[in-house]
Amino acid sequence: MSAIPHPLAPEMRAVTGRDLAGLMLSLVIVVAPHAARAPWWVTALVLALYAWRALLARLGGPLPSRWALLAIAAAAMAGIWVQYHTLFGRVPGIVLLMLFSGLKLLEMRTHRDATVIALLCFFLIITNFFFTQSIPTALAMFAALLAIVATMVGFNAPQRAVRANLRTGAVLLAQAVPAALALFLLFPRVQGPLWGLPQDAYAGVTGLSESMSPGALAHVALSDSVAFRAEFRGESPPQRLRYWRGPVLWDFDGRTWRMGASVIAPFKPPAGGTARYRYEVVLEPHERDWLFALESAASLPDGARFTSDGQIVAPRPVRSRIRYRLTSVTDAAPDSRADTAELRRALRLPRGFDPRATALAQQWRRESGSDAQVLARAIAWLRASGIAYTLEPPALGRDSIDEFLFETKAGFCEHFSSAFVFLMRAAGVPARVVTGYQGGDLNPVDHVITVRQSDAHAWAEVYLQDQGWLRVDPTAAAVPGRIESELVRGSAPGVAVPLLMRPDMKWLRALRYDWEALAHKWNVWVLSYDPQRQRDLMSFVGIPDADWRNLTVALFTILGALMLGLVAWSLRGLSARDPVQRAWQGFCRKLRASGLERAPGEGPRDFSERAARSLPRARATIHRIGELYLALRYGADAPPAEVHELRRLVRELHLT
Amino acid sequence: MIRSLLDRSRFASWLHGLSPPERGTVVLGHRRVYIVPTRLGWMYGAALLTLLVGSINYAISLGFALTFLLAGVGLAAMVQTARNLARMSVSVGRAEPVYAGEAAQFRVYLDGGVGIERPAILLRHLASGAQMVADVPPDTVAEVVLAVPTARRGWLPLGRVMLETRFPLGLFRAWSYVEPDARCLIYPRPERSTMPPASAGSSAGATRAQAQGSDDFAGLRGYQLSDSPRHVAWKAVARSDDMLTKQFSGDVAAELWLDWQLLPATAGLEQRLSRLAGWVLAADRAGARYGMRLPGVTLALQRGDAHRAACLQALALYEAP
Repeated sequence: MSAIPHPLAPEMRAVTGRDLAGLMLSLVIVVAPHAARAPWWVTALVLALYAWRALLARLGGPLPSRWALLAIAAAAMAGIWVQYHTLFGRVPGIVLLMLFSGLKLLEMRTHRDATVIALLCFFLIITNFFFTQSIPTALAMFAALLAIVATMVGFNAPQRAVRANLRTGAVLLAQAVPAALALFLLFPRVQGPLWGLPQDAYAGVTGLSESMSPGALAHVALSDSVAFRAEFRGESPPQRLRYWRGPVLWDFDGRTWRMGASVIAPFKPPAGGTARYRYEVVLEPHERDWLFALESAASLPDGARFTSDGQIVAPRPVRSRIRYRLTSVTDAAPDSRADTAELRRALRLPRGFDPRATALAQQWRRESGSDAQVLARAIAWLRASGIAYTLEPPALGRDSIDEFLFETKAGFCEHFSSAFVFLMRAAGVPARVVTGYQGGDLNPVDHVITVRQSDAHAWAEVYLQDQGWLRVDPTAAAVPGRIESELVRGSAPGVAVPLLMRPDMKWLRALRYDWEALAHKWNVWVLSYDPQRQRDLMSFVGIPDADWRNLTVALFTILGALMLGLVAWSLRGLSARDPVQRAWQGFCRKLRASGLERAPGEGPRDFSERAARSLPRARATIHRIGELYLALRYGADAPPAEVHELRRLVRELHLT
Repeated sequence: MIRSLLDRSRFASWLHGLSPPERGTVVLGHRRVYIVPTRLGWMYGAALLTLLVGSINYAISLGFALTFLLAGVGLAAMVQTARNLARMSVSVGRAEPVYAGEAAQFRVYLDGGVGIERPAILLRHLASGAQMVADVPPDTVAEVVLAVPTARRGWLPLGRVMLETRFPLGLFRAWSYVEPDARCLIYPRPERSTMPPASAGSSAGATRAQAQGSDDFAGLRGYQLSDSPRHVAWKAVARSDDMLTKQFSGDVAAELWLDWQLLPATAGLEQRLSRLAGWVLAADRAGARYGMRLPGVTLALQRGDAHRAACLQALALYEAP
């Protein structure tokens, strides 16, 4: 515009200690959650850079030269390369952002640089959401946002008190909420991703996998993390019926059970059954395409497919939290479909493993007349076997099933189901291992069932002629308490149970239920808001089958109304008129109230003189008001003291 | 008809710079407050777009929430930036006359309104680039002094003043123009001079030439450009920031006429006026009774501040350019 330095331009304004403090506070809040995720040396380096800048601000030294910073940046990038063999990807990207924040702080001189760091903070906030979007994280990041916005206000009002700037920041955020809500609900959502994602983009976890090797792991972690939550409409099924079906394992090589190939089949709802449950599942991301359903599913979620062995699979791996609706019937007739190839597969066993178990099974076969009798013998044998349930079983050798059944006699569901299916197959009864979750915690607050990774379970299905695939839970048969108990499973002595899951702390449990209920609401209403939910919302307000055009129109209408409201609200109490004119009109109003109307064409001087004559008690005041008004209205300047006097006189004028 | 509408519209007058100065208090109606994003505002917008794309790509719900909250903050900041100027009352006080070459001190009063705080308001005098940043606290009238450099004698109209703000976030820049009806009288630049020479045969000469030389110290007064450095009260200056000049009381009975005719005919108009201004100051300093004669203008023998001001004003406005 001109060559004159602009005192409001950010590049003209030097950063003060106060600005630096605000930025560092914001950075510490947004970087803290990353500190544990980044390599230790990066965290240490970034903290050192922050400390260096703070020290320079305190001691008043000059900032390091550009070359020194470039050298640090190059060395750090080389370190990252050595660590990750790439500079892209999620974690390396975050590490780079952290480094830049420290380096930029060290070359920050003006408010322009400072604003760049504030923007960098926004990116550091969103990278936190890659890992967790929990309520505490959201609250911490909101606090950081307030700090950043208040600091930015401080850049633009250096003379103002910090508290006033903080208040302005809070007002800005509060005023942003309605528009943000409208955008969140109505901004046309696109199902991502828009392009290929880095290899490490997701970090979902699952307690289940495509394979199961009983005895390979000598210890199973009791993970407290949530696998999914199920919200039932009406009644929820009792604990012992809550079998959430997941992958089915068919192929055994003596050591490991594997899924093998699964065949997509047309979905056929199970026959019969009266215990019908309708529910909605909010599934945490787990990187696989499995969807979990209460056995037996009577409907499929939208877009999902069904395999011949009764699994429900999503069209793509579940990489973000998803929701789906289902109906299940817990007492339906068993699935009787089975082709011969499938039954052959359900009998296949590796040669040369576990001779004792094989012999036992063949003995049952010889002594029984039917598959059903073999099954009954097996269950009876398991009950009497005295095998203990433990989450810390001893490691097993080559003949893992023999060792488990006859020597160590201790294990958890994987051992039980593996051994049981082996025995069935060895006795000539088709059988397979089903994995999934069993049970789940019913929250009395909102009646949502939370299923955790620690509820992962494996059971068996055997095929009986005339009946079909029957569910048998060998773990429950051997250790009945394992399934019936509402208490923590596997609470063998010496196993560390997460604090909030301990059965002995009643109040903690209650607290946890409240928290879980809140977290579920958060998941459903905030975190899994998706195109589907958006359409549901639109049809709820009477626009069925809304597409992006409807949404955009609705969005802009609401945003426009909000902006108008905001403008009106922010201008409240501010008159567009001249205060002198306003005071004069107040004066005329007061005179009119006592019967003195200004005649058309009557000048202010004449009018005030007439008023003074007819209201002798207030004569002096009226005179002065007229005098001031004339001077202020027609004079060249308007001394504020006189404007204030006029306003005060009119305000204090009492005519009655 | 269209033409008259155009003429009447504020935009046209702003565009053509034809609007007459406004008398009294000017209220910045929201129609005369303009607002555009700053470079930082564009940067902020680009950052939001990046956040949005990231949120879509990674399907991060809280990423959407963050992006939209920041978008809302941007909108709220826009409204607040415009509000920081809108409906503010601007008035300009009387500016004390100054000598050409000094800065005219225009006092601009900013009245935010009841309970409304307006931080970080920039005032810039467009013609000269004189500028000042002020905070207007609630329920208070802030006084901002615009020091406008002067070059020529005569009336100096304040002209157009821009008010600008970027508060609260610096993402938007709101500005408005006012042209208050304010002016400052600029006296001719006084030439440092002694008393006018007593010219023979003229009753208009100095009746007492020794007026300045009196030794009686009479007091201190504010320094003026025309004062001799010898008379500056350096000790007093060291104690305070103001330049002070020692005043000596001359003969109170001194009387003199400052006459245009006494000036050399070769001198130009401005030079003559400067010389006369210097004489006025010298005579005033000496405490003399003096009168002034300009072609067509005569000021009778008088003394005192009001007389000095009248003489200087006559000089400032004589055949005003």
